[in-house]
Amino acid sequence: MSCSLDIEGKMNGQHPLDRRSFLKCALASGAALGVASVAHPAAAAASEDDSRYVVEARFYQRLQDRKIKCKLCPRECTVGDKERGYCGVRENRGGTYYTLVHSRIAAAHVDPVEKKPLFHYLPGTTAFSLGTAGCNVNCKFCQNWEISQSRPEQVPAQYTPPQRVAELAKQYNCPTVAYTYSEPVVFSEYLMDAADAAHAADIRSIVVSNGYLQADALKTAYGKMDAVKIDLKSFSESYYRQVVTGQLKPVLDTLVNLRKLGKWTEIVYLTVPTLNDSDQEFRGLAQWIKTNLGEDVPLHFTQFHPEYLLKNLPITPIPTLERAKAIADAEGLHYVYIGNVPGHPAQHTYCPKCRKMLVERVGFTASEVLIQKNRCPFCQQPIAGIWHV
Amino acid sequence: MEWPCGPQSQRSLRMSILDTNSRRDFFKGSLGGAALWCAGGVTGALSAEARAAESGAAAKSKVVVARDEKLRGAGPSVDSNRMLALIDRSMQTLFGRNHPTDPWRMLIRPGETVSLKVNSLGGRGISTNVQLIAAICRRLQESGVKPADIVIWDRDCSELERAGFRLAVGGDGVQCLGTDRIGYEQELSSYGSVGSRVSKILTQRSNVLINLPVLKDHDGAGITIALKNMYGVIHNPNKYHPNGCDPYVADLNMLPEIRSRMRLTICDATTAMYEGGPAYKPEHSWNANTLLVSQDPVALDQIGWQMIERKRAEKGLKTLDAEERAPKYIATAADAEHRLGNNDPKRISLVEV
Repeated sequence: MSCSLDIEGKMNGQHPLDRRSFLKCALASGAALGVASVAHPAAAAASEDDSRYVVEARFYQRLQDRKIKCKLCPRECTVGDKERGYCGVRENRGGTYYTLVHSRIAAAHVDPVEKKPLFHYLPGTTAFSLGTAGCNVNCKFCQNWEISQSRPEQVPAQYTPPQRVAELAKQYNCPTVAYTYSEPVVFSEYLMDAADAAHAADIRSIVVSNGYLQADALKTAYGKMDAVKIDLKSFSESYYRQVVTGQLKPVLDTLVNLRKLGKWTEIVYLTVPTLNDSDQEFRGLAQWIKTNLGEDVPLHFTQFHPEYLLKNLPITPIPTLERAKAIADAEGLHYVYIGNVPGHPAQHTYCPKCRKMLVERVGFTASEVLIQKNRCPFCQQPIAGIWHV
Repeated sequence: MEWPCGPQSQRSLRMSILDTNSRRDFFKGSLGGAALWCAGGVTGALSAEARAAESGAAAKSKVVVARDEKLRGAGPSVDSNRMLALIDRSMQTLFGRNHPTDPWRMLIRPGETVSLKVNSLGGRGISTNVQLIAAICRRLQESGVKPADIVIWDRDCSELERAGFRLAVGGDGVQCLGTDRIGYEQELSSYGSVGSRVSKILTQRSNVLINLPVLKDHDGAGITIALKNMYGVIHNPNKYHPNGCDPYVADLNMLPEIRSRMRLTICDATTAMYEGGPAYKPEHSWNANTLLVSQDPVALDQIGWQMIERKRAEKGLKTLDAEERAPKYIATAADAEHRLGNNDPKRISLVEV
């Protein structure tokens, strides 16, 4: 199992991984599906010099009595001195707010871009993918809760400054850096600096996010991204409140703003049995996307697996996902996929006009890409996406 | 269990947490305590469930509020002898016993390990008092608990040190460490709105949990006393501050790792805060020179809340309710789902000594 990546640049293939590291690696990188992967560094967080990860936050407002108000996400935490915000990775120290996770990588892998999933963005390429501890919501189904729901000092991490991120992406022949795994909103400062370093090295940046951030932060931070995948976790406020511990409206605003910014965007909808799988919700979602974002935005209905605090529900039945796709197709969306179901025909890309298959996918690999000059080679229909580097 | 720190000498460990003037008394007590324990009978400890079954649903919860206006003598520091007398008075009143070690023997079964969960977030300004902990350690040892079976702990080693504790890990003395030294359980523990990893200090080093909070205002939760102090037991307290920490505080205290071990709360209100918490604000603090002791953390929080409200009124401040931050989690903890204790004043027996 040559799974572990040393951030210092050496492959650790000969070092056996313990079970926990292996599972983390396998889950996060798709190793179980036979995808080549590299995995999270093994340094102990407690032994690190924490000061090098501490950088003043860029999205906050100072208040009286050494308090601050965080302006990064809609939660707008008011944080007293020596306290942290909801995300657990931002701390008020004497009236100045700091991120504690700048350059503090808790997971790093080389993943196919299809795993994000981004199906219409440089198919068949790999992304140097990284994440830190922390998240600004608390989804009861989180598959990466061990890092997303932890404080930075509780998870192993490795110091990886922005320049090093760009170097590693180059070293592993990745045309993109992906900010992912936990929630990139909470490490926005690092994301911005790493994106700048990557762009200087002709490497693009993509982000996998819940989209739960304020409009100004979105413009400043995600403005530096080349493509975005948003996890739209439901189309109901009550679900967001009860299952996600967040709000739907700001996420919808984010999607609209991303469109205004001209960012390539794809949407994933994790379909959870009994909680967000009604026809009404699927239809409302598809109609909203078509009206507000357009029919060419790819929508992925993905299969839920019991994790974290939602272990009492079954895996999403495939017919449920097919029903969701059928509804979204009927509403006129051009690219509706079914995800987390290896081998399903709805993981391929078809021309919305002639219905011929244009991108064939096996697992997380694009095995064949027929699109030429952003058009269907059979009927010349434009196919939305960024298809070539 | 592997401990990250290397072993230290027995003597230095025993002395290490007692950065006070009571070291000689401590050793005397420790030796004498062992003898007493061998000679005396040990009353079985009472779990919360057993107490409830014994006393019946309508029984009152007893909360002892013990004050000593001369606790600090002429200076700012707490006098260790007066502190020992104050804790003795509190415990003997709560348990209705005449000898200082009797209550502890009722509380702790032979061979049980005891963890003292302090609150060290407020630095030396408003953390659980070191003299109080020294007095409790002394009485525990006199009651037969081995020094190494006592662990003083909180979330973070550096915070403990800032609060005046000296870390002690390994050896056969009293232990003192933060969870950051040994970590949290890998498996989640969950109840209601809460899903968290619990400190290994609690799960692996404690049969008995004694909760040692401070009494202070909290900008989000309203107050932080007994129930809220359990936020220091889990890995993700930041997730549980919305909505005035309700129902998170109550749900957290329902976790079996906590509930099954919780036997006593001793709230250190030698210094208390009525506004501006949880960080220490000297301008909003007062020397209450008080301990609140109870086996019902809900009742203790209810009484402590009223102390803070009285001080707020005295200072011309609005009530917490008027500021829309009344600690509603107390009522949740007392509700039919949680039954963690009584918040109804009619069902609380307040004894002031």
